[in-house]
Amino acid sequence: MSMPAPAHGAAVAHAPESFWSRYVFSTDHKVIGLQYMFTGMAMALIGGFMAYVFRMQLAFPGQSVPLYGLVTAREYNALITNHGSIMIFWVSMPVLIAGLGNFLIPLMIGCDDMVFPRLNRLSYQIFFVSVVIILISLVVPGGGFGGAWTAYPPLSASAHYNHTPWGAPLWLLAVALEFVAFLLGGINFTVTVMNARAPGMTAMRIPIVVWMIVIASLVFMGSVGPLIAGAVMLFLDQTVGTQFFDPKAGGDPLLWQHLFWFFGHPEVYVVLLPATGVVAEVLTVFARKKLFAYKTILGTAIATGIISFFVWAHHQFVAGIDPRMAHLFTITTLLISIPVAEMLFAFIATLYGGSIEFATPMLWALAFIAEFLIGGVTGIFLGANATDIYLHDTYFVVAHFHYTFFPIAIIGTFAAITYWFPKMFGRRMSETLGKIHFWGTVIPFNLIFIPLFLTGVAGQHRRIYSYENFPQLSTPWLNHLAVIATVALIVMLAFQVVFLVNFFWSMRHGEEVGANPWNANTLEWAAPSPPPHGNFVTMPAVYRGPYEYGVPDRDLDYWPQHVPNQEELPRA
Amino acid sequence: MSHAADVRAHVPIATGRSATGIPTARLAVWWVLASEIVIFGGLIGSYVMLRLHHPHWAEEASHTNTVAGAFNTFVLLTSSLAAVLAHQAAEARNGPRAARFLGLTILGGLVFLMVKSFEWSNEIAHGFTIFRDVFWSYYYVTCGLHGLHVIVGMVIMGIVAADARRGRNLHRVELIGIYWHFVDAVWIFLFPLFYIAK
Ligand code: HEM
Repeated sequence: MSMPAPAHGAAVAHAPESFWSRYVFSTDHKVIGLQYMFTGMAMALIGGFMAYVFRMQLAFPGQSVPLYGLVTAREYNALITNHGSIMIFWVSMPVLIAGLGNFLIPLMIGCDDMVFPRLNRLSYQIFFVSVVIILISLVVPGGGFGGAWTAYPPLSASAHYNHTPWGAPLWLLAVALEFVAFLLGGINFTVTVMNARAPGMTAMRIPIVVWMIVIASLVFMGSVGPLIAGAVMLFLDQTVGTQFFDPKAGGDPLLWQHLFWFFGHPEVYVVLLPATGVVAEVLTVFARKKLFAYKTILGTAIATGIISFFVWAHHQFVAGIDPRMAHLFTITTLLISIPVAEMLFAFIATLYGGSIEFATPMLWALAFIAEFLIGGVTGIFLGANATDIYLHDTYFVVAHFHYTFFPIAIIGTFAAITYWFPKMFGRRMSETLGKIHFWGTVIPFNLIFIPLFLTGVAGQHRRIYSYENFPQLSTPWLNHLAVIATVALIVMLAFQVVFLVNFFWSMRHGEEVGANPWNANTLEWAAPSPPPHGNFVTMPAVYRGPYEYGVPDRDLDYWPQHVPNQEELPRA
Repeated sequence: MSHAADVRAHVPIATGRSATGIPTARLAVWWVLASEIVIFGGLIGSYVMLRLHHPHWAEEASHTNTVAGAFNTFVLLTSSLAAVLAHQAAEARNGPRAARFLGLTILGGLVFLMVKSFEWSNEIAHGFTIFRDVFWSYYYVTCGLHGLHVIVGMVIMGIVAADARRGRNLHRVELIGIYWHFVDAVWIFLFPLFYIAK
């Protein structure tokens, strides 16, 4: 197959566009990526605020929460449900997949946009509608849905049980629309990476983060279908009065659990993979060393994606499933930890012998490895059905999955933002503020969730409004732990102000940078910062893999993908 | 390219590339179908699992109209043949002929929907509503979702045919054909599951 010659002058001359056509209805992948990112960050603030309110209720039950007021039991349920849903569907997904995917894919594979720019815009618009609906669902009569982000029937299926005649269907509608948005986006990403690569960008030269986003999109596409079908059934149960999930009429509530987790478990890998991709990019750049075992990392990602379809029932060990089946799922769950562990080993090996620079993005990437490791190791206890029967639905589980999700959604995102900020806005963020924010986030994070491991092992169940109703579970020691976790959360939230100040101040006043401030190899750094509409001044061609750092016998310790072999770079 | 409208109408270089050698639009259609397969897969899979546990569903299933179902299978398969002929005409760059065959396909979809509405109104009149039993809930939801795909397919096909008549966007004739075969294939699963197995 012949590759088209690199075209010249791809960047379209800037036209005097209106604010609306440039920032709101734009089809430019970078604008859409930033739209997703900013929406996701705003939702993170809402989700974080919810965590603050319900943590205050747990630490100081029955007292009025500053900035909120008294928390009723019903509100508590709505808060945790929407906290979980928002953090997964409206923070992790839009920021890590849609935001980064949109911003990075065309830049990193060397083309000017997605293959279907208008479909891309439609994807964001549908997503935006879902955001509006989930926010409205919080204030309708009866309040927001409170049946947990897993929405198990029969509780979720009938307003008779859940008392949220509006909140429950609106929640479901919002989730379903969000799925549609990401399906459209995922198809666009996959086709773009398959077809729109620059000449010379062979499969094994694609940067890992792009691979990860594509694999994640495919896993999403393969797993979300049954849940879309399930959502249609649940919606009809809620609104029309069918009885798909009502045992009394011959329906089956367990069916929902299977449909939900058949999606829900792959979903955690859907958000994990892009975050590991970000970490891979940042590690090599700041260790100035070639990524260790590119193909192995790619293999582990594919293996993880495949095995993730066979672990779902480990969420249902106590749901009365056949014990023989439980053993099978224990085995697959222990199996999936192998490729993930291998990936982390490859990352650690990348660091070995590198000349490490502890810039802010690097700190986040290193913290990701350390914290995610804790999440992964505690997961082994939950994957083994014998221990899970004791630990199921305790705070041990809550602490475990926050040790995975927080590194993914928060730490991974900060690694990405601090690393690509110069490309996005053409300026640098402050390193000092960045480091203050880093330590102010990571230390309190551990202080929030280490105590929750302990309360979980002591028997505190999750999704409980107030332990005062359970005297054995509100001992002074456990109450102390709850207060520690809550105070740490408040400290952590306060430190986010440092980030916001740094972000918005640097956007306008940060030190201006050239195209390639980190001396990195991948193609996005060949485009101007910020890249114009059309991305590249000259459409690039690719001559080598993305991780040629510290190549012996070269003056420079990096070797950008688009620089032809013979040509020597002028010293930077 | 100096004014705003041009910038917006600008087709990216990306869209014209084909690193795999497969046309971008066709790739996209395949991925759309892949994601649809799992949606129907989830629905059909859970129906089958539940049916294995509910022997009395066979009794309920005996009230569906097998003859109408068989006729509809025939209609859909024939309409798919017309879609293939439309593709052939489009390959030969004969737009009007392709449009006529697409018209036949749309007609097939129309007949399919008419038969369907006749069936449903009959069943509802005899008390076999969506609420009667979970079997009927599955029947209406699965066939309804399929019917929705038929309608969407007909609408898009109408647009493609109108274009094709004027010789425009002929490559889309093939794409909508692929989609229509998929709709057809789904029905091939639904027919035995809801109409034959009793
Ligand atoms: C900002 C720091 C966070 C804190 C302090 C926090 C705290 C909590 C707590 C204490 C619960 C359990 C509530 C209960 O069971 O009564 C919870 C639930 C949950 N959180 Fe977080 N969380 C935080 C961030 C996140 C992030 C970043 C994610 C995911 C990306 C996340 C996802 C979830 C999910 C899925 C649930 C389960 C909700 C349910 O039970 O339905 N959280 N969170």
